Amino acid sequence: MEEILQQIANCIEFGKTDKASPYPPDMKGMDGADELTRLALDNGINPSDILSQGLIPGMEKIGIKFRQNKVFVPQVLMSARAMNLAMKHLKPYFRSGEVKRKGTFIIGTVVGDLHDIGKNLVSMMVEGNGWEVIDLGIDVKAEKFIAAVREHTGSVVGLSALLTTTMVNMESIVKHLRDEVPGTRVIIGGAPVTEGFREKIGADFYSSDPQGAVEYLNGLTE
Amino acid sequence: MGKILEKLKISKVLSSDGAWGTLLQAKGLKPGECPESWNLDHPDEVMEIAALYCSAGADMTETNSFGGNYFKLKHYGLEQKVTEINRRAAELSRKAAGREKIVLGSVGPTGKILMMGEVSEKELYEAFREQSMALADGGADAIVVETMSDLDEARIAVQAAHENTSCEIICTMTFEKTVTGEYRTMMGVSPTEMIPVIRDAGADIIGANCGNGVKGMVDIVKEIRAFDLVIPILIHANAGLPRYEEGKTVFPESPEEMASYVPSLVGAGANIIGGCCGTTPDHIRLICDALKMYR
Repeated sequence: MEEILQQIANCIEFGKTDKASPYPPDMKGMDGADELTRLALDNGINPSDILSQGLIPGMEKIGIKFRQNKVFVPQVLMSARAMNLAMKHLKPYFRSGEVKRKGTFIIGTVVGDLHDIGKNLVSMMVEGNGWEVIDLGIDVKAEKFIAAVREHTGSVVGLSALLTTTMVNMESIVKHLRDEVPGTRVIIGGAPVTEGFREKIGADFYSSDPQGAVEYLNGLTE
Repeated sequence: MGKILEKLKISKVLSSDGAWGTLLQAKGLKPGECPESWNLDHPDEVMEIAALYCSAGADMTETNSFGGNYFKLKHYGLEQKVTEINRRAAELSRKAAGREKIVLGSVGPTGKILMMGEVSEKELYEAFREQSMALADGGADAIVVETMSDLDEARIAVQAAHENTSCEIICTMTFEKTVTGEYRTMMGVSPTEMIPVIRDAGADIIGANCGNGVKGMVDIVKEIRAFDLVIPILIHANAGLPRYEEGKTVFPESPEEMASYVPSLVGAGANIIGGCCGTTPDHIRLICDALKMYR
């Protein structure tokens, strides 16, 4: 049982999506995250164990390698793809409540900014860590974040921006969220964003990489 | 031989312009507004920015068309106006630059990721073809494919511009310093990996833009020069890493500070020096002064 979960974790870490995928070359012809997750479920392995001992450790490993610049965006995207395929098999168990999400995370790229790569990376890492992710997309205004938080009470909000000219829009979004839905936790990230900026605009947390966001969110559940 | 290579033969180094986004904002561009739509709605303001850089002494000015590709404009419902917006962008900068100075038609990334299947190579090529042809049509002397992080997207943009216009082609990618001290784009491309691919695709001039400030650019120029002894190198550096003060983004590197790196950049082998985010006409003025002794 443990072996197949370890294999799933490897597939996620190295971005092995399914048997047909030629990537990575040294896993060619082997079963991928898709086949192995199905097989694990068919073998009666608990879906929560697949999540906690397969998907989560795999995503964590790639997240740490990304932080250390041992891999770059393409490798993380392949891992996320593998994770998504595995997740598809687990979806019914999330819906039935058999597997519990850790919480809800609402994410969007702030108004004026059309960049979504960073946001998507965070979104995928957080989802692969067992959170429900509501992705509001790009160019998102404060009102949309507020409406989403009202709909999903207790959720954590993530704001993304790539441009120095748009990161300033985070400040008013944080302020609006504080006014409208007090107590909402807001985390921020993006290339030009810094810890000093977070302090100034009064957001709760800043991370320079997606794994940091995952670690912060997991800390909230402990 | 194109205008830039011609000029580089006469004077070893040339100067380029600085940031556009912040100047547009200073003139009233609102958050969420499409910067390129200003070519149609506020042409005088756009032309003024190019004119500011020209009068600061820059040998070349860019166009207000960084996000002027089909995919970016589609977000604003302006995808039918790609040709009009880009042609106008080049016309406005041309008007400010006069006949002598050089107009660089700016082409930025689409924001779509090839490897995720969000877009096909053919669709990318078509978008870059459409944009660069309109820029050439409006009077651009060169196309500058910039802020690229994915090597395939950069290559396709260079090919599309090279095969469909008679412009000189410049390509710059955005490198960050990794924790191990190397320079890589977000997608993992190093300056050394970039050179052969972009050169073969048809780029006349290569280099780097944006990034964490001018200091790192010296290392990047060295890396490029070690690989290719002849290709002209263009550097558009940020004025450092942005800081946030009093509700505003401030860039730490003063015009004096940035200009003080000009000798190291030229010494490392850079040929064209300008600015990216956070640089102003004052930065460009001092960079031009610093370049004088090498011309």
